[in-house]
Amino acid sequence: MMNPIIEISNLSKQYLHSEHIAVNQLSFSIYEKEIVGIIGPNGAGKTTLISMMCGLIKPSTGSIRIYGSTYDNNEQRIRQNIGVVPQDFALYPTLTAEENLIYFGSMCGLKGKELKDKVEASLEKVGLLEFRNKKISTFSGGMKRRINLLAGLLHQPKILFLDEPTVGVDIHSKKKIIEFLKEIHQNGTNIIYTSHHLLEAEALCTRILIVDNGKILTQGSPQQLIQSISGAGNLEDVFITLTGNSLRDVL
Amino acid sequence: MFYKFLQTIRKELLLLRRDVGGLLILFLMPLALIITITLIQSATFESISGSRISLVLVDNDRGEIADSVIQNIRRSKAFDLVMELNGRPVTKKQAKDLVFSGTYQLAIVIPEHLSDDLNQKIDENVRSVLSGFGMETKAQENASPVKNKIVSIYFDPVSQVSFRNTIKAEIDKLITAIERDKVYSSFQKQLDIEEISFEKENFIRFNEILPQQDGQTTVLPNASQHNVPAWSLFGIFFIIIPLSINIVKEKNQGTFLRLRTNPTPYWLIILGKTFTYLLVTLTQFYLMVIVGKHLFPLIGLPSFETGANFFSLSVIALFAGLAAIGLGILIGTIAKTQEQSAPLGATLVVLLAAIGGVWVPVFVMPPFMQVISNISPMNWALDAFYDVILRNVPFKSIIGAILLLLLFALVTISAAVIYDKKKRSV
Repeated sequence: MMNPIIEISNLSKQYLHSEHIAVNQLSFSIYEKEIVGIIGPNGAGKTTLISMMCGLIKPSTGSIRIYGSTYDNNEQRIRQNIGVVPQDFALYPTLTAEENLIYFGSMCGLKGKELKDKVEASLEKVGLLEFRNKKISTFSGGMKRRINLLAGLLHQPKILFLDEPTVGVDIHSKKKIIEFLKEIHQNGTNIIYTSHHLLEAEALCTRILIVDNGKILTQGSPQQLIQSISGAGNLEDVFITLTGNSLRDVL
Repeated sequence: MFYKFLQTIRKELLLLRRDVGGLLILFLMPLALIITITLIQSATFESISGSRISLVLVDNDRGEIADSVIQNIRRSKAFDLVMELNGRPVTKKQAKDLVFSGTYQLAIVIPEHLSDDLNQKIDENVRSVLSGFGMETKAQENASPVKNKIVSIYFDPVSQVSFRNTIKAEIDKLITAIERDKVYSSFQKQLDIEEISFEKENFIRFNEILPQQDGQTTVLPNASQHNVPAWSLFGIFFIIIPLSINIVKEKNQGTFLRLRTNPTPYWLIILGKTFTYLLVTLTQFYLMVIVGKHLFPLIGLPSFETGANFFSLSVIALFAGLAAIGLGILIGTIAKTQEQSAPLGATLVVLLAAIGGVWVPVFVMPPFMQVISNISPMNWALDAFYDVILRNVPFKSIIGAILLLLLFALVTISAAVIYDKKKRSV
């Protein structure tokens, strides 16, 4: 067995003034060369879990180790190794695509010619080089989504966290994004991602964690999960069987 | 780290440059304020002491006292006399109606027989004084007693108390001078020494001593010297609004969240913002100084003089900007939406300006408000500006104010950082 790159132990989160436990005593590890999909219904605790893994919120109890470091003892080392692609377009609308990428790239430690070359190369890879000098506010949803993705991985992080990277985009942009994710994974980037697109997760991930009520219901490769439920033809069947048919409206 | 700092400044400058509306607010609003307020205040000063006010005068006396009042009013540069309407003398009722309806700001009604009665009263008094010394006086022609006379003054109800008081003081001064002359004349007449002339000029006079600058030039307080620093500060503190909106936008766009996941410390991002907005506040200040110095004289306003204290003024502006930025960062951190940050920022700026003495000098405020004014960073900065411009103090005398402004900035920025950290741990 390979060494884990992320070790999560007894991780819980209960927000202040809330009786609901968003993440409840989770323990699991993530290993090199994995693409891990965290899927679950609304309010299952996916975003809270990924936010704690990114160091954006503090756990109530438990620990997260990334390459052996915790956010308390070596935050900067962890941040050098991770990239985060939030669900929202975390970009400056009045800056151009290139200006956005130059800024976020520089905040990740890139500079000078290396930074410029990487920005140019990555824009070309996602088919947006000709729009480099256009403001983000003029971009379509799919174009914004691609720039949003690039801004999180310009510095070639070892681990990339993605929160719903293909939500609200057309089929062409989605295809481009998935191809791009597969390519960077082959080049050595480990990916942890959340999605509601179960078929997309089935095609992309090497391992799936289905979470609900802050707990992991099951985990394994997509094929293992499908085979574990009798009569399931795909991941959606597995998901419905485990989490039920009722609506999950959360506030 | 320095590269990241420079890139943050570059990004902030790009964001500012692309926000034309915001830039207009940042630079044109303070300029419009200082020009408008200085024009208004300059005109207000002149309406009392410089430019002419139309004065309706009803002369029911038609004697030498009324003539003397009229001559003195005409000699004074303060008033334009209106004594007739449609070729006929103004009546008391007309005067009252014209002033109370706002057509004129002021009317004076001189009562009937004022000259005769005043002469008689003074003669009586002088005669009784001289008789007390056993001196022989001229015989009294009319022995009937005289009552005190009332000169009626009407003011436009809209006119302010300070204007009324100034006018009443001017008229009182005029009547006192006429009465004094009459007393002298009566003595001359009673003693039959009309060929001897008394020195009638005031023996005691006022001489206002102003602080010296450069050992030579006298600093003259005027509307520009008061308004340029005061409204520059107001403009500098207005940075709170765009800065807090900028921070709230970053939180809502998700860019702030992304930055928090980058290997860049939070303080560096805050430092980049602080430096950029400090550049903006200093540019605002210098722009207003340039306008005060070079544009004001072209539009008939007194020029703003910085004298030899330009360095001190720049240091005060720098630290006032720092204090404003600290408050902007705190508001931006606490507010969740632009709808919260913009009105909160605007209200705070107006409140701090009001209690800080930007609109009304602190010394005329009630004692309680004078104490409250001490908590406003605008008050510390404004005092320091006035110390330098009008009181001509050395640099070491403003160090206290500068340290207070720095402390305010450090406390507000620290509070923002602690609040943000606490929020993420709940």
